[in-house]
Amino acid sequence: METFDWIATGAKIAFLVVILLQVVPIMSWVERRGSALMQNRLGPNRLGPLGLFQAIADAIKFIWKEDSIPSHVIPFYYFIAPLVSFVPSFITFAVIPFASSISIDGHVVHFQVADLNVGLLYVFSVASLGVYGIIMAGWASNSKYTMLGALRSASQMISYELSMGLSVVGIIMCFSSVKLGDIARQQGELLTHLGPFVIPSSFHIPKWGIFVQPLGFLIFLISVFAETNRLPFDLPEGESEIVAGYHLEYGSMKFAMFMMAEYLNMTTASGLLATLFFGGWQLLPGMGFLLHGFQNIFNLSSMACEWTRIFFEIASFGIKVVFFMWFFVWVRWTLPRFRYDQLMDLGWKVMLPLSLANIGVTAAFAYYGWI
Amino acid sequence: MLIEKKKGILQELYLVEIIKGLWITMRNMLFSRKVTIQFPEERREYSERFRGAHYIKATNGVENCTACMLCPTVCPAECIHIEAGERPDKEKYPVKFEIDVLRCCFCGMCEEACPKDAIKLSNIYEMSTTYREVYDKSFLLDQRGGK
Repeated sequence: METFDWIATGAKIAFLVVILLQVVPIMSWVERRGSALMQNRLGPNRLGPLGLFQAIADAIKFIWKEDSIPSHVIPFYYFIAPLVSFVPSFITFAVIPFASSISIDGHVVHFQVADLNVGLLYVFSVASLGVYGIIMAGWASNSKYTMLGALRSASQMISYELSMGLSVVGIIMCFSSVKLGDIARQQGELLTHLGPFVIPSSFHIPKWGIFVQPLGFLIFLISVFAETNRLPFDLPEGESEIVAGYHLEYGSMKFAMFMMAEYLNMTTASGLLATLFFGGWQLLPGMGFLLHGFQNIFNLSSMACEWTRIFFEIASFGIKVVFFMWFFVWVRWTLPRFRYDQLMDLGWKVMLPLSLANIGVTAAFAYYGWI
Repeated sequence: MLIEKKKGILQELYLVEIIKGLWITMRNMLFSRKVTIQFPEERREYSERFRGAHYIKATNGVENCTACMLCPTVCPAECIHIEAGERPDKEKYPVKFEIDVLRCCFCGMCEEACPKDAIKLSNIYEMSTTYREVYDKSFLLDQRGGK
């Protein structure tokens, strides 16, 4: 790699890391304020504007708290478990494109840390690594509740990873690629026909994943909730049943790492949902008009035009991700937790057959050239 | 008794129901009145009969109490300790009047028993302190609440 590529990659990684690390405190604030408002309370509103500095106070507390280690744990695994669940949640974002490309001095820079040719497969493999952290934590903590949490988490992951993987197969069929960059780029095209029906040209909609694969989207959305251990599928934590599940024996910064892993998983899941089904960095309706207006009013040079385009694309991707992050919180405070057998029923008897049927139907459509 | 609910296909799918539920939470978040009382600035209005911190009522700077021992007798928590004495202007008065607030259950029976309208429960409920306060006579003679 040339020096330019090194610098570009470094800059992209730095940008993503900085943004993603900000997500955790902000989300913890959003979750607390959001839940409070939904329950007709006010939530933490004392520290700073709207209580935003509450996150800083939390961080200070986490850092200065005594790092106590229960005597009954298995030390090595107990210590690496938070890391094992934290790191995968971070590195999944490497393949998610957050804007299209720009050419600087003849170098084309893609706004994606690594455009791997295995794209989606990388996401799934890394995402399923996260469960090892949970199982390690549950096992190494050497307590019955953590063990139960870990077992639940493992079975839940296996059940829902299947339907999650299968629901994306339809998308891969539609866009003939597993590279997330390609998938995002192709969603900018127009959808000319909906299955066998041709859409009249004045009603063309963008070829976003949700219009091509509505059922796939639904299955993916539900599976993603299970994968990130969020309500209504938060059985691994289940406060009212098994205290706090797998992270029961953890305190201070080690607990904070589990929490960060959860929120980063949510971010990655939101990023995936946006990329696969909502056009990734493709501009939202109306934003293209805004962008052109902006470029014309300020009479920007071609380079500045390109950068404003990139900015709008990042903003568009950001809005989609933020919506899904909010959706995670929203659903959490709306739906009650599933019972364990209901969870398994839903996973194996509903999600799996539906995702298989989705693949079959998509294959038939592809065979007749309707996609 | 098991009640069989009739469910249509839409209810079985749950999707519409979930969207309805999401609307309910959103409606609560955006439009409903928040019930939080922001404590130091806003306070809950309690009834006049609220039983809070104790005080001994004084008339013209002299305590009403005559150390008749009715309140320590009636007190179910046995938290009132009185030692009676004599002084020129008053035949019988409490030399020592202490309330063990940790034992007190704020039942208000002392207030009911008192024939001289001396021991009163004010409606002050913020009783946490940063030092250990003994509810002795000088403390109790502070006319709090002024009922």
